[in-house]
Amino acid sequence: MFLELFFQYLVAGLTYGTIYAIVGIGFNIIYNTTGIINFAQGEFVMLGGMTAVSLYAFLPLPLAILGAVIITMAVGGLIEMVFIRWLVKPSVLRMIIITIGISILVREAGLVLWGEGVRSLPYFTGNEISALSFGGVRVSPQVLWSLGVCAIVVVLLNLFFKFTMLGREMRACAANRDAATLCGIPTRNMITLSFVLSAGIGALAGCVVSPITQTQYAIGSGLAIKGFTVAILGGLGNSMAAVAAGFILGILESFSIWVMPTAYKDAISISLLLAMLFLRPSGLFGNREAFKLKDF
Amino acid sequence: MLRVHNLSAGYGSLHVLRRLSLHVKPGEIVTIIGANGAGKSTLLRTITGLLRASSGEVLFKGEDIQRIPPEQVVFRGCSLVPEGRQVFAAMPVRENLLLGAYVQHKRGKRDEVAHDLDRVFGLFPVLRQREHQLAGTLSGGEQQMLAIGRALMARPTLIMLDEPSMGLAPLIVKDIFHIIAKIRDEGCTVLLVEQNARSALKIANRGYVLETGRIILEGDAGDLLANREIQRAYLGKDLDGENK
Repeated sequence: MFLELFFQYLVAGLTYGTIYAIVGIGFNIIYNTTGIINFAQGEFVMLGGMTAVSLYAFLPLPLAILGAVIITMAVGGLIEMVFIRWLVKPSVLRMIIITIGISILVREAGLVLWGEGVRSLPYFTGNEISALSFGGVRVSPQVLWSLGVCAIVVVLLNLFFKFTMLGREMRACAANRDAATLCGIPTRNMITLSFVLSAGIGALAGCVVSPITQTQYAIGSGLAIKGFTVAILGGLGNSMAAVAAGFILGILESFSIWVMPTAYKDAISISLLLAMLFLRPSGLFGNREAFKLKDF
Repeated sequence: MLRVHNLSAGYGSLHVLRRLSLHVKPGEIVTIIGANGAGKSTLLRTITGLLRASSGEVLFKGEDIQRIPPEQVVFRGCSLVPEGRQVFAAMPVRENLLLGAYVQHKRGKRDEVAHDLDRVFGLFPVLRQREHQLAGTLSGGEQQMLAIGRALMARPTLIMLDEPSMGLAPLIVKDIFHIIAKIRDEGCTVLLVEQNARSALKIANRGYVLETGRIILEGDAGDLLANREIQRAYLGKDLDGENK
């Protein structure tokens, strides 16, 4: 019984871990090309989930998800072009405040569009009571979906950033924008691209976890804090590490319910965030040497 | 090749360049010498378009490049090696060089990149040894070499260097200036901005002296080296040191 309970908490932790991981990756992508933390990242997850629910009313599920991802990518690109592109050498602080503003704007727009109702997509396979049993531990198939999607996203992203010229250009733009310009790289387009990419990933996450966690207009800001914690915990800019960090946070939260009142769950991520920022700002898996070479 | 005409530029209400004119002919090394704050870096940043001029024009191969975005200036064949190297510190040497070849990729000359890489490694053998090391862990001199190599990867017809000697030991400065001369001999025109007037004038064909945003003197490098006024102000003739 004890072991079963243990694994049940573990699975719950992994489930939340995937979404934290994907939000963390979204932070990393935009951080990697622009050097800014986009606090509207959680809103992309919300937009993805909500749009998919709306589209699902008249489209089959896979098309609804695809549509939601594309629409959110367009919104991400548009946000960059309207609010960020025209800024000439903005300071980091100014960018952060702008993204917080965008996040409030998107959230309120979500409230107007969809109201306060809590919605969710149907389970991709089976329904809320179907479960696969692994030696007494019951796992919803949706958990496997979210784990799988997270894994695919991470692998593809890593291949993209490490081995494609476009990925390398985006990293160059992150490392030193003037120098990237002097190499002939159109840095402004790279920044737009990073918003599009990160919006798409967020939206996909929003769709995959929607059946489990449900979607509402206000879920974004909470996810942004979790995702930020994860990004810091893993080491800013490192997508692979964000995944590991996402699972660590998810599992910690899940097990905290075992020993503490549920209300303290969210305090875990905040304390973890503060502890990391004080003790090891380069992250658990961050390369200290490389961290020192970054500007921010 | 490059003609700057009545150029004025600055930051906000601070005017750094005042109606400045100069020209660079193909195959030359032209040096611009001047003290800290004379406007040397501002001039180069304005030529590449990183900074917008308030008036005047910059003609590169007859085209006014003030009107096009800075990344396009690189495509026209004008590369800048910026002040303070500005290498991509968290990336290995090889990736830095490949990013320099971005322009070549877009020009559809991807197959020439490997050859260009060999050429840069030929000019700077130490970069080949450090190929997989993070650029930020290189010494100052090696980073300067990497920055020059990165600019060369774009196959520029005009390469502009902003204080390549800054913060480097005299022996390394000598190496780097030797290579700059070699780059010119291989057919690339050079515009060299320097505080280290003696080293710059020794390899240059012509020189300009920049003071508070104006050209106060111009001429053949040899004449400038022999000019008593310059010897006193920039070459430190009454002192012993190599540097001013």
